[in-house]
Amino acid sequence: MKRRELLATSAAALGLAATLGSTARAQSPLRVGFIYLGPPGDFGWTYAHDQARLTAQEHFGDTVETFFVENVPEGPDSERIMTQMALSGADMIFATSFGYGPSVNAVAQRFPDVAFEHATGYLQEAPNVSLYNSRFYQGRAVIGHIAGRMTETNKVGYIASFPIPEVIRGINAAYIHAKKANPDVEFSIVWVYSWFDPAQEAAAAEALIEQGCDIMMQHTDSTAPLTVAQDAGVLGFGQASDMTQFAPDAHLTAIIDNWAPYYMHRIQEKLDGTWEAGNVWQGLPEGEVEFAPFSDKIPADVQEETNALIESMRNREYHPFTGPLNRQDGTPWLAEGETADDGTLLGMNFYVEGISGEIPS
Amino acid sequence: MLRLEKRPNPSKFWNYATPVTAVLLTMVAGGILFMLLGKNPFEAIKLIFWDPLFSEQFASYSRPQLLVKAGPLILIAVGLSIGFRAGIWNIGAEGQYIIGALCAAGVALAFYPSESWLVFPLMIVAGAFGGWLWAMIPAILKTRFNTNEILVSLLLVYVAEKLLAAAATGFMRNPDGAGFPGSRNLNQYPAAANHELFANTGLHWGGVAAFIAVLFTYILLQRHILGYHVQLAGQAPRAARFAGVAPARLVVLCLGLSGAFAGLAGMFEVAGPARQITIDFNAGYGFTAIIVAFLGRLHPVGIVLAGLLLALTYIGGELAQFMLNLPAAAIQVFQGMLLFFLLALDVLSNYRIRLGVSPRASEAV
Repeated sequence: MKRRELLATSAAALGLAATLGSTARAQSPLRVGFIYLGPPGDFGWTYAHDQARLTAQEHFGDTVETFFVENVPEGPDSERIMTQMALSGADMIFATSFGYGPSVNAVAQRFPDVAFEHATGYLQEAPNVSLYNSRFYQGRAVIGHIAGRMTETNKVGYIASFPIPEVIRGINAAYIHAKKANPDVEFSIVWVYSWFDPAQEAAAAEALIEQGCDIMMQHTDSTAPLTVAQDAGVLGFGQASDMTQFAPDAHLTAIIDNWAPYYMHRIQEKLDGTWEAGNVWQGLPEGEVEFAPFSDKIPADVQEETNALIESMRNREYHPFTGPLNRQDGTPWLAEGETADDGTLLGMNFYVEGISGEIPS
Repeated sequence: MLRLEKRPNPSKFWNYATPVTAVLLTMVAGGILFMLLGKNPFEAIKLIFWDPLFSEQFASYSRPQLLVKAGPLILIAVGLSIGFRAGIWNIGAEGQYIIGALCAAGVALAFYPSESWLVFPLMIVAGAFGGWLWAMIPAILKTRFNTNEILVSLLLVYVAEKLLAAAATGFMRNPDGAGFPGSRNLNQYPAAANHELFANTGLHWGGVAAFIAVLFTYILLQRHILGYHVQLAGQAPRAARFAGVAPARLVVLCLGLSGAFAGLAGMFEVAGPARQITIDFNAGYGFTAIIVAFLGRLHPVGIVLAGLLLALTYIGGELAQFMLNLPAAAIQVFQGMLLFFLLALDVLSNYRIRLGVSPRASEAV
C-alpha cells in the first residue's frame, strides 16, 4: 500500500511538472520515438516496452507525442530507421534491444541534439547516448526461491536463450536461491539459441519434463513452455509479463518488466531541458522489476518467505549475490558477507558452484 | 467453370505494362487499406513512394539508402535467377549469405589488427567461397542421392543460423566486448571495413559487385552457350538432354553460382552496413531476394528495377509506420499486394480466362 501511495504522489508531482513544462513549449509536443525488436503483441519483451510507452503517453498527454516502429532487425535497418526518425524531428529515441548498440552510437554522433536511450547495452561512444538496464536477476532470485521450495522431484528445468552475461546471471541468481531453499535441488539447463521460438521452446520443455523436472523456468519470450507445463501437469513461471491466461494451472508468478517509471522520468527530464546521458541499472527498489500475482498453488508459508525476500531486496538490505560463493570450478569468488560488484555481474561468464554442465561457447 | 487458356502470342505491350499497372493497382488497393485503418491514403502513398526519393526532409539520406538496401537483394537475386531459369530451386540463399559473412568475418578477425590491403580481397574470396560451399551441400546431395534441393537448401538456413549464433556468442565474440555477444566492429578495423566509396552516395563495394553480377548474368544468359543450356533445361528438359546438357553439371553450377553471389552479399554486408557478426545478423535478404528475382521476371535488368522498387517500399514503409502510426503488418500486406498484382497480371497477359469446359477435356469425357 505504502508503495502505491508513494508512486501516486510522485506521479502527481511528475504530472504537475509536465503541465509546467507544457506551458513553456506550448505548441510543438516533444517527439519521442521507440524502436522494437518484436511486435508489441508478443506478451514478452516488446510488450513490456510498449506498455511503458503507452503509460508515458497517457501520463504526458498532449505535451509528448510517442511513435514506434516494430519488428526492427538489429543492424543496418535499425540504423536507417533511427536516422529517419531523427530527420523527422524526433527529440528522443528509445532503442529497446541490446543489438541496436553500434547503430545507436553511429546515429547519435550524427544528431547531437537528439537524446538516445539504449536498453541493456554497453557502448557509449557519443555524449548523447544513455544506457539503461534492469536488475532482472533480483526477480530470478525470487522465482528461484519459489522453485526450490516447491519442487518435489528436486529437479528444475531451465530454458535458456543465448549464453550471454544477462542469461548466465539469471541462472546463477535462480540457482543460488533455489539451493538455499532446498539443498537437494538440481538445475537442468537447455540452450535454445533463440529469444522467441515457440516450437523449440516447447520441445525443450518436453525434454526437461521427461527428465523429471517438475518446474520450468524460461529466459525466452514465448508462452510455449508454460502451455507444455500446463498439459503435463507441472509448474512454471511467466516471462516479462503476466502469462496466467496461457497456463492458469501451471503459472506460479512471473517477473514483470516495468519500464514505465524510467521512461516517464527521462522524458520529463528532456521536457525540462535537464536530460543528460547516464548509465543506470535499476530494479526492485525503483519498481522496474515486479511480480505477477502469486498463484494459489504457492503455499502460504512460501508466499510469506517470498514476500520477505522481495522486501529485503526492495529496501536494499539484501543483495542476491552475497558471499560466501564459489565459482563452478570451486575457486572462491565472494567471501563471507561480500557482495558482487556491478562490473563482474555485467560481464558474468561463469556458473556458481553446484550447477552442473558447461556454458556453451 | 473458369479455366485458363494459354495465349498463343502474349502481347509485347502488356509484357512491359504489367509491372507499372501492378504498382498502380497496389497504390489503389493499398490506399483503400490505409483508409480503412483510418489514415489519409494519399499521405501514406506519398510517404512510401515519393518522400524517400524527393522530400526535402528525408531524400538526401534515404535516396542513398536505397542502394544500400537494394544492393544485396539484387546481388543475391541475379544469382538465384540463373538457377530458377533452369528449374533448379535454391531456396537457401539466406543460409549461404550467413556462411559467406561468417567466412569473411573469420578471415578479417584472424588477421586482426593487420593493416595489409590484402585483408579485404581475401575477405571477398572467403565470402564467395563460404556461400559456394554451403550451396554445394544441396548440390552434391541432389546429384549423388537425388535429394530435393528445395528442402535441403531451406533446412540448411536453420543450421547456418545456429552457427551464426554460436559464432556471435562464442568463437567470434569481441574479446573487448565485456562478455556481450557480437564480434568486433569491422567498420572500426580499417583493413576490413567496407565503407562508402563516395560520401553520401550509399555506394559501397557491394553495390559495385551487384552491378558486375548483373552484367555477368546478362552476358551469360544472352551470349554464352551455358546460358542457352540453362534456358533449355528450364523450358524443355528432355530436349536439353538430347542437346547434350549434363543435368548434374548444371545443378552444381547454378547452385554454386547463386551460393557464391549470396556469400558475397553477406561479406559486403558484414564488413559494411551491418558492421559486425551478431546473433541476428541475417535480416531476411536471402528470402526477400527470391521475391525480387520473380518480381524482376528472372531478367537481370528487371531484377535491378525490382530490387530498387522493393527497397523503396521498405524505406518508405518505415516512414509511413512512424509518421502515421501504421502497423508493420499493414506495410507487409502492402508489399504482398504488389507481388500478388504482378503475378496476377502476368497470368492474365499470358493466359486468357474462358468460361465453360475446355474442348479437350470434353473430348476426354
